[in-house]
Formats: sequence, C-alpha cells, structure tokens
Amino acid sequence: MKKAPFLKSYTIFYLLFLYFPIILLPIFAFNDSKVVAFPLQGLTTAWFGEMAADQNLRNAAKNSLFIALSVATLSTILGVFAARASVRYRFPGKAPIMGLIMLPLVLPEMIIAMALLVVLLSLGVQLSLFTVIIGQVLITTPFAVAILTSAFQSLDRSLEEAAMDLGETPLSTFRLIVLPLVMPGIMASFLICFTISFDEFIISNFLGAGQPILSVYIFGQFRFPAKVPSMLALGTVLVLFSIILLGVAEYFRRRGIAKAGGKESGGFL
Amino acid sequence: MAATSKSEAMSGLKLISPTAIYVILLLAVPLATVILYSVLTGGRGTISLPFTFENYAQLLEKPVYGYIMLKSLLIALVVTFITIVLAYPVAYFVSFHVRPERKSLWLFLITIPFWTSYIIRVSLWFVILGYGGVVDSALASIGLEPLNIASYSILSIIIVLAHAYAPFAVLPIFVSLEKVDRSLLEAGQDLGESRWATFTRVTLPLTMPGVIASVLIVFIPTVGDYVTPKLVADGKEPMIANFIETQLLKLNNYAQGSAFAVTSMVMVAVVCLIFILLNRRFIGGQK
Repeated sequence: MKKAPFLKSYTIFYLLFLYFPIILLPIFAFNDSKVVAFPLQGLTTAWFGEMAADQNLRNAAKNSLFIALSVATLSTILGVFAARASVRYRFPGKAPIMGLIMLPLVLPEMIIAMALLVVLLSLGVQLSLFTVIIGQVLITTPFAVAILTSAFQSLDRSLEEAAMDLGETPLSTFRLIVLPLVMPGIMASFLICFTISFDEFIISNFLGAGQPILSVYIFGQFRFPAKVPSMLALGTVLVLFSIILLGVAEYFRRRGIAKAGGKESGGFL
Repeated sequence: MAATSKSEAMSGLKLISPTAIYVILLLAVPLATVILYSVLTGGRGTISLPFTFENYAQLLEKPVYGYIMLKSLLIALVVTFITIVLAYPVAYFVSFHVRPERKSLWLFLITIPFWTSYIIRVSLWFVILGYGGVVDSALASIGLEPLNIASYSILSIIIVLAHAYAPFAVLPIFVSLEKVDRSLLEAGQDLGESRWATFTRVTLPLTMPGVIASVLIVFIPTVGDYVTPKLVADGKEPMIANFIETQLLKLNNYAQGSAFAVTSMVMVAVVCLIFILLNRRFIGGQK
C-alpha cells in the first residue's frame, strides 16, 4: 500500500465532520447546564434522570418499539418472498414488479406518505399505529430485499438439488437447507429494518394521528429549550443502542457471506 | 422445455405474490390516485369530476409554486455537488490506500452516522448553529463575534442537508473505484503520465457510473427533505415536501396538492434523467 498522508488526514477530518453532532451528544448530555453552549459547566447525570422519569417519553418509546418490531418482521417476510423469487425463478413481469418493490428507494418519502395518506383518508380509514406500520413497511422492504437477495445469491443451488434427490419435498428442503443458510441474512435484514423504522419520522408524523412515537416526540421537544438537555441524554442512549444493533447486523451479514464461502464486498447496500 | 419454463414462471409468480400484492395495493394504487386527483376539480376538502387541467395551470400562474420548486432543486443540486466533491477523496482513500482486510471497518465507520437518529442529528444542528448556540458560544470564548449562522436560512439548510446525506455518497463511488483495473493505472504511469493525469484520464472516467449513482442517491432524498427546512429555518424557507404538506393538509386541497406532488415527482425524474443521459458515454463502459 502506498502511503498517502494528505488523503488519510483528509479522511480522518471528514469522519470527524460526519460524527460532529454525535460527538456533541454525550458532551452536553452530561453537562450541568440548561443551556447547550460552551464553556462546559461540570458533570451531572440529572438529564438522564429527567429522561427516565418522563412518562410521555416512555409511552413513545413503547409505541416505537412495537412499530419497529412489527415493521422489521413484516418487511423481512415480504423481503424473503421477493428475494427468493427474483434470485431463483424467471417469470413474466419480473422487472416491473421488482422495480415497484424497490421504487421507495428513489422516491422522496414525503410523496409516498402523502399518497398513502390521501387514499387512507378518502377511504375513511382511522389513522393509528397500524397505519404507520403499513407505511413504514413500504420504506424498509427495499432494504430487506437488497440484503436478502445477496444472501440467496450466495446459496449453492446443488445443495437444494441434492436434498430433493434424497427425497425431501420443496418445502422441507427450504426449511432444512435454504433457511439455515440464509439465516444470517434474515437476521441482518431484521435488524436493519428495525433500525430504519425506529428512526423514521415522516410516516410516523403524518400517518400516526398524533400518537406518541419516539421520533415525532423528539422533534416536538426540541422546540422547548428547557427540554433539549434531556433530549441529548435520550440521543446518547439511542445512538449507543443503534450502534450495537448495527454491529450485530454487520456481524450476521459477514458470517452469512463466510458461511456461503463468498468474499467480502464491503458494506450494506 | 416450454412446460418447465411455464411451471417455473408459475412458481416464481406465486412466490412473489405476497410482496407484489402488498406494493401494488399500498404503493401503486396510492400513486395512481394522486395522479388521478391531480386532474380532478378540487376545492377546500372536496374533490369531484369533471376532469380538468386547472390545477396544473395554477402551478404556472402563481409564481410561488415555481419559486418553491426551483429553490428546492437548486438547494438539492448544491448539496449534491458539495457531498460528492467531499466524498470522492474519502472513497478513493479507502479503495486505494487501505489494506483490503481493513476496508469494511472504514466503510462501517463511515456508514454508522447515516443509520443513527436522523431526527436528533438534524435537531442538534439547530442547537449548534442557533443564536447563542454551540458555534457562537465557542467563538465567544475565544473572543470572536457571534455568527448566528441559523439566521441565514438557506445556508443552514445546505449545511445540515450536506451533512445528513454525506455518508450516502461514499459507498457507490467506493464500489466503482474497487472495480477499476489497477494495471490500467500502472500502464498509464509507465507511459509517462503524471499521477494527476492518470487520475483525470483513467480513474475518474472509469468511476463516473459510481459518481452518477451517488448523485442520484443524494439528490433524491435531499430535494424531498421535510425535516430540515421545517426545523432549521423555522419553516420560513419551505421546500417541496413542506409545501405539499401545506397544500394537502393545511389547505385541505387534494387536487392542487396532488398536482404539485406529481409535478415535483416529474421534475425530480427529469433532473435524474438529464444526469444519466449526460453521462451515458461512461455508463455501460464498465461492468
């Protein structure tokens, strides 16, 4: 490897820029002042206490957890169907169907949210956590399909054929051979969809009928300066939480590639 | 042979049907509805026949629609440009100067901020840039005048968006850099070209598909961003998404709002197509 000191220091500087607001989170979350500004005033854990005591925040967190678990489950199941079908079979209309499934990746989220909202309101559907789940699944499914497609692609077709030759039915082959091999991909997809849903704002805001949902709640609280320090405490917790989730997802994704004997091709997506 | 391919088609369709039905009902139908609504006659809270192009005519008549659309496009283009220019050297460094076994660690570090608490990151910028916020108080502590960057609405929107979507840009460029045949670069230098000339004449053209992918992946969510203009500039500088909200929900005008949504979708698609066409000679040159 050639040395490139200038490029390297630029990259480190760029990483600092990327992490800039995230680095500020713990600094001001432990800062003993109602005002988020320098100079720092000394150490306190009071903001974490205030955060933990906030009943509305707990409700919002509970709702978000429920939504994220449902969304991750649903979109991973839908992702398995679509990824398996697109990798394994050729069928008419495959390109437009896959295109439609992946469309939310290249469509501003606001358009999806508004289109769905207009239809739901026209049909007289009551907005609830359920409508948020339905909408978020549209956003997360393309990510599930992308991750699961690479999991199914690295699958050795001859293993399935061997199982069928030995008298297994297609269903039992899927359960005994295919499923265990793509399990790391399924776990990675579940965790990624969970993270995206937990973080999602637009659908939660417009299809949620004002129900307390974590991202919407945070958005609202930032308007009150007195609430900002406890939001920073919450942010510190959330960032730690999602880094752990992503670390686990990355572990499963790599194990899946290693299991199938593939080579690392770098990153999600 | 025909029989097996027919049964294969059946199995494939059966397998994909749950996902296909889901997206048809909940994505295709709503989008079609919006397009239909945009050519119906609307009023406050009502929508009815006959078909009309009045909603689209309104978009042309009232300058505010064009202004919002143009402003959003310009902001998104500036943000995209900044993001790509900043990201390219990073992707180049990771691809060319990092040992292969360490590459995924670097990529993981770069992508983490993208997956973490978008709302908190954007809201924090408000605290950072605002009057008496982190930037101003840090400046004051070394004896400088406060900048109050947040009062320059468009500037702060650009800063926040360029930061929010920065990690998006690195990955596609990195992937295309990885595919560049290193022997081509050596050949260029053996033939006496400088490293800079090798870069502009070989590496950059070969990685244009990655650059275009990055442009699209940054431009599309940026132009449709709702949170940043709402929060950072206190809603004084609405972009497309905020305006759609106003039309559809606050004014309750489904027809007009739909026409605006459809027009902005078409605008985004046209800009993306122009990008792809401009660089068509690069795309497909590399597989």
